Amino acid sequence: MGKSIEQIESEALKALEAVSDLENVELLSTKYLGRKGEVTSFLRSLSKLPQEKRAEAGKKANQIKKTLEAAFNEAIEKFEAATSQTGDEIDVSLPGRPVPRGTLHPVTRITNQICEIFTRLGFDIAEGPEVETDYYNFEALNFPKEHPARDMQDTFFVSDNIVLRTHTSPLQVRVMEKQSPPVRIVAPGKVFRCDSDITHTPMFHQVEGLMVDEGVSFGDLKGILTTFIHQIFDDEISLRFRPSFFPFTEPSAEVDILCVICRGKGCRVCSKTGWLEILGSGMVHPAVFENVNYDTPKYTGFAFGMGVERIAMLKYGIDDLRIFFNNDVRFLRQF
Amino acid sequence: MKVSLSWLKDYISLEMEPSDLAEALTMAGLEVEAVSDRYSYLDTVLVGKIVKIAPHPNADKLKLCDVDVGNRMVSVVCGAPNIKKNMFVPAALPGTVYPDGSVLSETLIRGVTSEAMLCSEAELGLGTDSSGVMTVNSSGAIGEKIAKALNLSDTVIEIDLTPNRPDCLSILGIAREVNAIQKNGITFPDADLPDANGDILSLASVTIEAPDHCPRYAARVVEDITVAPSPFWLQDRLMSVGLRPINNIVDVTNFVMMETGQPLHAFDFDQLEENRIVVRTAQKGEIFVTLDKKERKLTQDMLMICDGKKPVAIGGVMGGLNSEISENTKRVLIESAYFNPVSIRKTAKKLGLGSDASHRFERGVDLDGTVNALNRAAQLIAKIGKGKLVEGVIDENPEQYQPKQILLSVKDTNRLLGTQLVSNEIEDLLTSIDFAVESDRAKGGDGHLVVVPPSFRVDVTRPEDLMEEVARLSGYNNIPTTFPNIPAERGRLSKTLDTREDIRLAMTGFGFAEAINYVFTDDSSCDRLGFDQNDPRRSLLYILNPLTEEQSVMRTSLLPGLLETARRNMAQQIKDLKLFEIGKVFIHSEKDRLPDEKEMLAGIWTGRRLDASWHSSEEGCDFYDIKGVAEELLNYLKISEVVFTRISGKSPTYIRKGYSADVLVDGTILGVVGELSPETLLSYGIKQASYFFELNLSQLMPIIPELKQVKPIPKYPAIARDITVIIDKKIESEKVLLHIKQFNEEFMERVYLFDIFEGGSISENKKSVSFRVIYRSLSETLEDDKINKIHQSIAGRLLDAFDAELPE
Repeated sequence: MGKSIEQIESEALKALEAVSDLENVELLSTKYLGRKGEVTSFLRSLSKLPQEKRAEAGKKANQIKKTLEAAFNEAIEKFEAATSQTGDEIDVSLPGRPVPRGTLHPVTRITNQICEIFTRLGFDIAEGPEVETDYYNFEALNFPKEHPARDMQDTFFVSDNIVLRTHTSPLQVRVMEKQSPPVRIVAPGKVFRCDSDITHTPMFHQVEGLMVDEGVSFGDLKGILTTFIHQIFDDEISLRFRPSFFPFTEPSAEVDILCVICRGKGCRVCSKTGWLEILGSGMVHPAVFENVNYDTPKYTGFAFGMGVERIAMLKYGIDDLRIFFNNDVRFLRQF
Repeated sequence: MKVSLSWLKDYISLEMEPSDLAEALTMAGLEVEAVSDRYSYLDTVLVGKIVKIAPHPNADKLKLCDVDVGNRMVSVVCGAPNIKKNMFVPAALPGTVYPDGSVLSETLIRGVTSEAMLCSEAELGLGTDSSGVMTVNSSGAIGEKIAKALNLSDTVIEIDLTPNRPDCLSILGIAREVNAIQKNGITFPDADLPDANGDILSLASVTIEAPDHCPRYAARVVEDITVAPSPFWLQDRLMSVGLRPINNIVDVTNFVMMETGQPLHAFDFDQLEENRIVVRTAQKGEIFVTLDKKERKLTQDMLMICDGKKPVAIGGVMGGLNSEISENTKRVLIESAYFNPVSIRKTAKKLGLGSDASHRFERGVDLDGTVNALNRAAQLIAKIGKGKLVEGVIDENPEQYQPKQILLSVKDTNRLLGTQLVSNEIEDLLTSIDFAVESDRAKGGDGHLVVVPPSFRVDVTRPEDLMEEVARLSGYNNIPTTFPNIPAERGRLSKTLDTREDIRLAMTGFGFAEAINYVFTDDSSCDRLGFDQNDPRRSLLYILNPLTEEQSVMRTSLLPGLLETARRNMAQQIKDLKLFEIGKVFIHSEKDRLPDEKEMLAGIWTGRRLDASWHSSEEGCDFYDIKGVAEELLNYLKISEVVFTRISGKSPTYIRKGYSADVLVDGTILGVVGELSPETLLSYGIKQASYFFELNLSQLMPIIPELKQVKPIPKYPAIARDITVIIDKKIESEKVLLHIKQFNEEFMERVYLFDIFEGGSISENKKSVSFRVIYRSLSETLEDDKINKIHQSIAGRLLDAFDAELPE
């Protein structure tokens, strides 16, 4: 047998007195009390003693172990306290090292928020081409050639039959051509209109939505869109559904929210009406269903579309649409 | 569409305040855009009292008046013969906008400043008298606004009509909608015709040679008329809705168009050769001068109204100068017709010539209302033009109006709307807007409603159109809000969308701000970027009707947009930029085919490497910064085996030679990373070094692996061994690295380059490259001997492969 437990104790205490920093206290602690430490090994070796001596020696050793543990803990505390009281200090008021994060464009942020709300409601996301055929952009959506409804959208033409899509609605047709009901999709993307001033840019973003199933009603349209508006703005906001006209929906409805600026009193932003138009919607027109060979009396559905910038402007208090595409970093970095 | 409420009140008794009416119409689908005081243009015209009249020093016919306008005295130069001291007059102050559109400013008249203007009735749009200053019969109201003093008030509401409602392009149309709300009846205008003489059939004839374009053409003739300015009430009505009075005959046709929605035209009957009307399409190349004195070149699909010899009007669009009503006109032929909407729209669009008439025809007028409107006009022209109506009406009507019968299921209506309306309720709603409704039960049906819409509702043809009427009339906000049954499964993002969001996350994490640029650019951008003639990025898709030259083609690269963005920011003294964009580029394929749309990711980094702070130097970013971004992004996307190689052969000039690399995966070029050439930068006005990368996401997305299974964390320690070789300077370090990797030695976990050294004891044309190889076994702690052997063998083979030397 090697050292006695008393020897170990006195050595340990002596060594402890000599150390001057925390790290060495911890090393010592491991040396004596660690898994392979001397005290631990000693305790383990007690099993080799004859039975009658074991109890007393064990008691003694454990007492010493406790004493040492207490001594080490005291030393650790002492050093920790000392460390925190040294005179060394840094100028904590100096700025930290920059770890700049980039920012997402507000259009992306709002698009993501919109899509997120609808995916939670069980809608999938679809995307399609930005340059479209006349068929998908107009005809299949019940805008016949030479129909005045086409004037509602100033169109950029690439050829007689190819246009820059004026809305995300072509996705309705593209999705229904590929998929049988039930359909629940939202389709975000860029759209283009031949118009440019403080409230119009030739390119902007929309999110389209479509839900088709047996027995989907105008009441359901109101339910889904009310939920959406409450989620994207707030639960308290008042809204109204107002009759309108789109060739590809019937009945059609525009959805207005109570002006977020003046709360309905009438101001410049809402053109003194107290209301702000937020999205267009309606029950899918049977002519559109006929174009995709859906069983019209059986299936009904609603579609809707909204301008992303419009929502971003209201949420962030932006008053000039053009700022979105100037990409001034002093604007971009605010998001 | 402007509606004067005082005009509207000719047909209905209005029980609502203007703002409530506006709200009610809006909620019925006629969106009221503005409600305004018709006389607000007179807000700067005050009642003034002439207190002193003196001669003008420099003009005999002019007088100088001191006019009391309440709070002050203004000095006015006036030439009217009727001014007297103590007369009450309208004094217009500078800024006043007259009905004819002119704006009054303070002016110098013969050397004397006139601070206001005394106005005649006609100048203010309050009457026809223009002979002298208007007399205001008011005493105690000096300084009051003229509209108030004269008790003038009218509200004009402006309605943004949707294209499906041409029936509301008239005051009567609006009256019908108001009646559907108030339900207190409409008084239709007096339709009695005056006594008539003679027989129109012996005077004139109408032949329709193009019935497809013109299903109906009706005419009447009024003789012995006197063309003169209209009476004030008529002028006033037209002005109230923004039309300009011309003469009594033209004014009546415009009045009746505004009243009924039916556009009319009046021809000078004596200018119609052979006294007949022929309705035909134009001859090829025919030239015609319209009322606005402009020459119009016609094409064969345009509908012309002709007399026996020549065209006299472009049907439904605009009349001709050759048959215009003039002071000398004695007899008029009034036209009331139904023209094919598509034909009119094509013609108006081709000629770039829209009119109030074409606007109505192309949306569809009332095929059954042709003669009613004609009679109304004939009656008014006879009365106001003091003429005699010729007996009879010509009514050529090859396509007769057929009332439409629509079968409406109450059940389907409720199913679509989510309502529980009963048959009677639906019937009441539809009859309130003049639809005829009957139940088919009497005829043994199952309770469907048989609905006949009125002839002016050209937009109603199918049951859904009726359901829409039911919905809007019962009020959208009264339809119960419900929720559809949606299975409890969350919607999914496609892999593409997921990945795109991941990339955005990564890029913002690297400190890049997202930009969104227009997808259209300038066609000179190909030259500025120096694309080779065969480069597919030169296959531009041109926009036929661009807004500006700078936005005339679809982009084939994201770089021009980012460079423009950089230029704009630098113009604002922002020189440190880290920007990225994700978006599509468009490669033209062939005419009338959709272009190839590719999704791209591009980034640009220019200026400082680190944000300005006390910690960092001013050091600019360089190639390895942008390459690091590209590398880490690809690494994050788990795309392995990415190779960056120096761009060989001919490259577009936007890339700085020797400082840029192709990004290859599996031998395919997926993008470029590098430095932009100074020429290209300068062409965008950028004078500082800028670095970029552009990756083809359409190609990249499919090769991004699905999430792979994790590898266990190694249990045994690694051993690192370095290897330094001296090689030819021109050998790309990556080649050596790949070579080592390709040995694929057992236990070789990772190899990386950790040092490059040139100069010093290294001879010219050579460089020293140092790699660190990490060895590890997954099942044991490796022994030094074992690894040393492997490592030495690698080093040996490397020396052979690259003709390399070991350092001394």
